Amino acid sequence: MQKLLLLGDEAIAQGAIDAGISGIYAYPGTPSTEITEFVQKSKEAKEKGIRSNWSANEKTAMESALGMSYAGKRAMVCMKHVGLNVAADSFINSAITGANGGLIIVSADDPSMHSSQNEQDSRFYGDFAFMPILEPSNQQEAYDMVRYGFDLSEKMRIPVLYRITTRLAHSRAGVIRTQNREQNQLKLPDNLKQFILLPAIARKQYKELLAKQADLKAEASNSGFNTYINGADKKLGIITCGIAYNYLMENFQGMEIPHPILKIGQYPIPAEMVEKLYDTCDELLILEDGYPLVEQSIKGLLNKGKKIKGRLDGTIPRDGELNPNIVAVGLGKDDTKGENIPDFVAGRPPSLCKGCGHNDAFLAVNEALLKYSKGRVFSDIGCYTLSALRPLESINSCVDMGASITMAMGAAEAGLIPAVAAIGDSTFTHSGMTGLLDAVNNNSPITVLILDNSTTGMTGGQKSSALGKIEAICIALGVEEDHIRVLKPLPKQHEENVKAIAEELEYKGVSVIIPRRECIQTLNKRMRQKHNVKNLEV
Amino acid sequence: MKKDIILAGVGGQGILSIAATIGTAAIDLDLQLKQAEVHGMSQRGGDVQSHLRLSSNPIASDLIPQGKADLIISIEPMESLRYLPMLSKDGWIIANTQPFINIPNYPDLEQIIEKIKSIPNHIAINADEIAKEIGSERSANMVILGASAPFLDIEIGSLEKAIQTIFGSKGEDVVALNLKAFRAGLNFSLSNK
Repeated sequence: MQKLLLLGDEAIAQGAIDAGISGIYAYPGTPSTEITEFVQKSKEAKEKGIRSNWSANEKTAMESALGMSYAGKRAMVCMKHVGLNVAADSFINSAITGANGGLIIVSADDPSMHSSQNEQDSRFYGDFAFMPILEPSNQQEAYDMVRYGFDLSEKMRIPVLYRITTRLAHSRAGVIRTQNREQNQLKLPDNLKQFILLPAIARKQYKELLAKQADLKAEASNSGFNTYINGADKKLGIITCGIAYNYLMENFQGMEIPHPILKIGQYPIPAEMVEKLYDTCDELLILEDGYPLVEQSIKGLLNKGKKIKGRLDGTIPRDGELNPNIVAVGLGKDDTKGENIPDFVAGRPPSLCKGCGHNDAFLAVNEALLKYSKGRVFSDIGCYTLSALRPLESINSCVDMGASITMAMGAAEAGLIPAVAAIGDSTFTHSGMTGLLDAVNNNSPITVLILDNSTTGMTGGQKSSALGKIEAICIALGVEEDHIRVLKPLPKQHEENVKAIAEELEYKGVSVIIPRRECIQTLNKRMRQKHNVKNLEV
Repeated sequence: MKKDIILAGVGGQGILSIAATIGTAAIDLDLQLKQAEVHGMSQRGGDVQSHLRLSSNPIASDLIPQGKADLIISIEPMESLRYLPMLSKDGWIIANTQPFINIPNYPDLEQIIEKIKSIPNHIAINADEIAKEIGSERSANMVILGASAPFLDIEIGSLEKAIQTIFGSKGEDVVALNLKAFRAGLNFSLSNK
């Protein structure tokens, strides 16, 4: 078959299409977004009728995928690592219900926090849920593991967590496809009570989940994704997880690695293979792109056995993404790092685009707040979080999706009046609506800015679930119509906008201000497309 | 054959088009390829970079080891210097001299150019000016690609074919402009090497 040049994300998507999924469910989040986008743009996926619309958030995505699995069809759900926190309730419980049609949950971790607020390692969630985990080391494995993951899920009747990190998600390499497979037919579970987690049933199901663990361990040892590679120099044994294997190989270009290696790509941790390596070698080095999950497990609480080197003893830095140089130093080799960056080279942080409506909105907010003390603006996750940076320096918090409204409410109840929340349109329907209901029910003196650029901007302009619905949602949640104000964030409207915001800051109840102007990026894209269509017509 | 290339610039300047063109030529020549890109938050006017690795043998890491890059190709002068730790001792730096200033503390341009010229193997080219001269202001990235072409170990014809493939869907005029920009950059390098 023809070799395709695919991002890790795209390899997963193509793998899912070819493995016979019937649906993919997701909320956009770097570095996972391109998986779902690939399916949305794929002609094959369209022909096969694979559903791929964006979900309102990761929890609704996870639950919808579980529903598809209940109905006997294969489903994939994709999210960034912090999205798994949002989906955690259904994720953890899905291990107890088990799967019917194959179900894979892709969680894309972001070590070094390139585009995230933390670098949590999703493998701990898999461990917590007693779910098998797959972790590919390259794009071809990323493709192949999807097919295997669905087979494993259907054979063991359990969802599978599929963990990648930023580097694999956003790196391209050649991928060879395998045969296409048909979708499953609609087929409900044999036991129609399998998905009812009433305590009496849940206890039984949970025991079954625990009982499956021995088989899952055996699968991990036999699937071929965990491999033991012999080496003559037994002073050191090396364990690599996922992409860390590549960084190790890079340090032995064209040479055989002298040490025994255990390459891990599937969990539960293959204990027998680890034991063999431990018994064979004088000491171990553990390389993981993320938290020290395997290292911690082998060391245990007391760490009384052989020397285990890795992130916990400082051989590898405790935080941040791995790279070939970090691994080289960990192996005791020289760091090949070249000349230092000259001192005069300035940082160039990301910034709001030229002409972005958020900029005008925050200029107005800043001015309206001048007469109050500083530190009153609770923000959320999106492009507008960049208003934290110079020159705007408008906001004082960014914690998780939806936290702006509820944090403003709590701060107002502590006496910080007025308190302001700033949240984007897509983030509002992701996790802001319930918080706004809380604020309304408490008649909280907060001013909520729903910054409506009519798209999910930060991740590249995906369709926003909030499109055309914001006022109706606010009214339905009980916000008074007089205190829902729509503004046009443009320089020429500045004075008018400042006045409107200032008025609402004075109001001792919930106000919603909606600065509404299309994202400059999606506007440009739309104009280009229109122009192209025109050219074609001519 | 092995080429490890750092592509640098500011979000939106078109480094991914350079990567796609080199990548297309490489695949056509049956070379192995890995290319790590930056997506997401950093794309918004921040510094962006891509690691492009080509080889006739299998490639292990998606990231180039620091100090091992054969080439830094940068559409922006200051950004070329940000990746000096990546460059090997005998590597080449091909940098645009036209700055992209979107920060208040952008350093003195002369200091930057001086530093670029202190690297033993360098091409410093005002790609924006050349692109403008040939009537294709938006093709500065292809001028830079042309200027890099003599150092890629890929035949010029293969790269030109790749430009046709990449821009083909946008019409023949666009292909012609990009090819013109590519050749202008190439000529500059050949006479300033």
